[in-house]
Amino acid sequence: MTSMSFDEVLPLIFIGLMGVSLLVYVVSDGYDLGVGMLMHRATPEERDTMVASIGPFWDANETWLVLGVGLLLIAFPKAHGLVLSELYLPTTLMLVGLILRGAAFDFRVKAKASRKEMWDRLFIAGSMLASVCQGWMLGRYVSGFGEGWNYPIFAGAIAIALPMAYALLGATWLVMKTDGALQGKAIEWSKIAWPPMVFGLILISMATPWISETVRERWFTLPAIIAVASIPVTAGIALLTVRVVLGSSAVRGALCWLPFALLVLVFLLSFLGLSYSIYPFVVIDRLTVWEAASSPDSLKIILIGVCVTLPVIVAYTGFSYRVFRGKTIELDYA
Amino acid sequence: MDALFLARMQFAANITFHILFPSISIALGWMLLFFRFKHLRAADPQQKIDWLRAYRHWTKVFALTFALGVVSGVTMSFQFGTNWPGYMERVGNIAGPLLGYEVLTAFFLEAGFLGVMLFGHRRVGEMVHLGATILVAFGTLMSAFWILALNSWMQTPAGYEIVNGQFHARSWLEIIFNPSFPYRLVHMVLASALTCAFLLIGVSAWQLMKGVATASASRVLRTGLVLAALAAPAQMVAGDFHGLNTLKHQPQKIAAVEGIWETTRGAPLLLFAIPDDAARTNHFELAVPKLASLILLHDPDGELKGLNEFPSAHPPVLPLFWSFRIMVGTGILMLLVSWIGLWRHWRDGWDFAKMPRPMLRIFAGMTFSGWVATIAGWYVTEIGRQPFIVSGLVRTADVASRVPSSSIAVTFAIYVVVYLALLVAYVGVLKYMAETADKESYGNVSASLAGEPQDYRREGEFA
Repeated sequence: MTSMSFDEVLPLIFIGLMGVSLLVYVVSDGYDLGVGMLMHRATPEERDTMVASIGPFWDANETWLVLGVGLLLIAFPKAHGLVLSELYLPTTLMLVGLILRGAAFDFRVKAKASRKEMWDRLFIAGSMLASVCQGWMLGRYVSGFGEGWNYPIFAGAIAIALPMAYALLGATWLVMKTDGALQGKAIEWSKIAWPPMVFGLILISMATPWISETVRERWFTLPAIIAVASIPVTAGIALLTVRVVLGSSAVRGALCWLPFALLVLVFLLSFLGLSYSIYPFVVIDRLTVWEAASSPDSLKIILIGVCVTLPVIVAYTGFSYRVFRGKTIELDYA
Repeated sequence: MDALFLARMQFAANITFHILFPSISIALGWMLLFFRFKHLRAADPQQKIDWLRAYRHWTKVFALTFALGVVSGVTMSFQFGTNWPGYMERVGNIAGPLLGYEVLTAFFLEAGFLGVMLFGHRRVGEMVHLGATILVAFGTLMSAFWILALNSWMQTPAGYEIVNGQFHARSWLEIIFNPSFPYRLVHMVLASALTCAFLLIGVSAWQLMKGVATASASRVLRTGLVLAALAAPAQMVAGDFHGLNTLKHQPQKIAAVEGIWETTRGAPLLLFAIPDDAARTNHFELAVPKLASLILLHDPDGELKGLNEFPSAHPPVLPLFWSFRIMVGTGILMLLVSWIGLWRHWRDGWDFAKMPRPMLRIFAGMTFSGWVATIAGWYVTEIGRQPFIVSGLVRTADVASRVPSSSIAVTFAIYVVVYLALLVAYVGVLKYMAETADKESYGNVSASLAGEPQDYRREGEFA
């Protein structure tokens, strides 16, 4: 293997950073979108607790999307134009979902009490719309924006599967952050969301290689298959453990955090699998990271900023989670 | 309609909606810090309660404002790519790092500490909470710093070189501190101070008119009046400097603002006119002789370049001419109202209840006057840069979206509906919160203060 110059490594660093931002986004906004979607099954009092459980975090969670898309825009301007032109309508609908959700989150407690129901509905609808659109976008992206009858079906399947994954993540977040009757409900919701999420993940794992020849070659040639098989195997074990823990009484006590943690692991593994499938493309089969990258000088300037600020961001994000650790209590501006 | 026009309209709708919220939150963050500080320092228990009440009420307004700013900001970060894909492809090497630093140093800072600031009183120490409040205020200012650095660079590009049609950075100091940046930053920060001040004034006046005001509203009103009375003249001076800077670097923008077609010595200031791009003349002129030259060149016989010197590359005249007059007119009104209001308030011995009814009506009527001036000002700046996206170097038409115009039209319609609905909701909720602020959270604070000092201490220290 020939060694790469630093200038050639830079785009790889940035695709890595972008990927990590989007992973953090999917996990963090994933659970709060999930909580938003689950609100339609909750009573008004439970809704307040659910919103309180994500209240201090959703803003920072969404920021990771801005960073991820920002890095795409900054580091890979050609890919940014291509991807967002292809995904113009779903992007707009996702943004509308996020706008409604973010606004409703704040309006629901500040507007007249009689309007709260309406803002709750908008919060739920916004969460669903954003999740479904993100699923569709992921599906289109993974399949390299291909044309043909099978591609919309594939994207459609992911558009359903991703919200399920978010719902499961959100439900296990609530298992961790709440107690009493709501925790009981959250366990039930987790059990309901588990099969479709697993089914969706299997479907995607099977369909992605079928849709894309590049991915097929990556995964199903020896000896790679032996090495990379650990990813789906570990994910499978983690998902089974989630189901087992959900069924045991320990989930109401000491192990309340475990299903959520294991799901984060599954998301991480899926991300690794996906990265392995796509590398070194930004847009699969069309544009490599080197073809799409900005000038090394600009990337270096941003890299300095990233190296300085990212640890700080991680530190104060950790601080925020520590401040609001433990079971959720009612939110007030105090 | 063609895609370029629609893309511009859609983007304009978005920045118009977005700027409403930073224009409040940049200054409101610091105002909250002020309320918080006064609360900490107040010796008199009643005063302490008043400042706390002001802090809590306006924290809620800040939270709501910030949330709308975030969601419209996220939308905007996508629209750079969806509406202007060519922009990043050509200018990305310069715009990218500036936007990147905004997200890294400002966006995360605000979002990270907002949760602690809003909901963390009971969970962190007094100093940590104060620190979070400072960081949120600082974050909003940092955000303005980076965004204005980029925007100013697009107006007065510097520190770059062009290789194969692509922009490359030569000096980051020159890029960030480009010729118009200091003026623009000061102008925006003062605009936010004025917008925030009139919001404070207007809402307090409304509370008094509706009979729901407390001593807290009186303190907020006085704070707002003092802030406005200081910021309004400062803004006039800053605006004058900014104008001179624009004349130096973008004379075609000034020519359009002043409605000057032919290069003129001793150019008149047009108070009223209807500029006509097609006929290249103005209708119904009402002018003060030589005043434009006097203001812009500080010489009544100075020569101002006319639009005809910039054939086919000057901004549309009519919107610029009128946006500028709306901005300046609103600014003058703000200056008069804040000075007269402050004088009157002082003469009444700072007694809120003595404020005459018509004065209160004017205050309430001007609650959102900062929005009018800010938006008009942004139109002057942004429309004034056309037909270029980077002054004199990159044309807007060359970087526009390749997306079919029908898609843009549909999404444009969706955005407008959502934005209008949210704007109505925002103003409605501010009104509702103003009218119910007292009943809701602090109904028994005064009562408990009178009877049980311990309760007050608990309130006072956010225990």
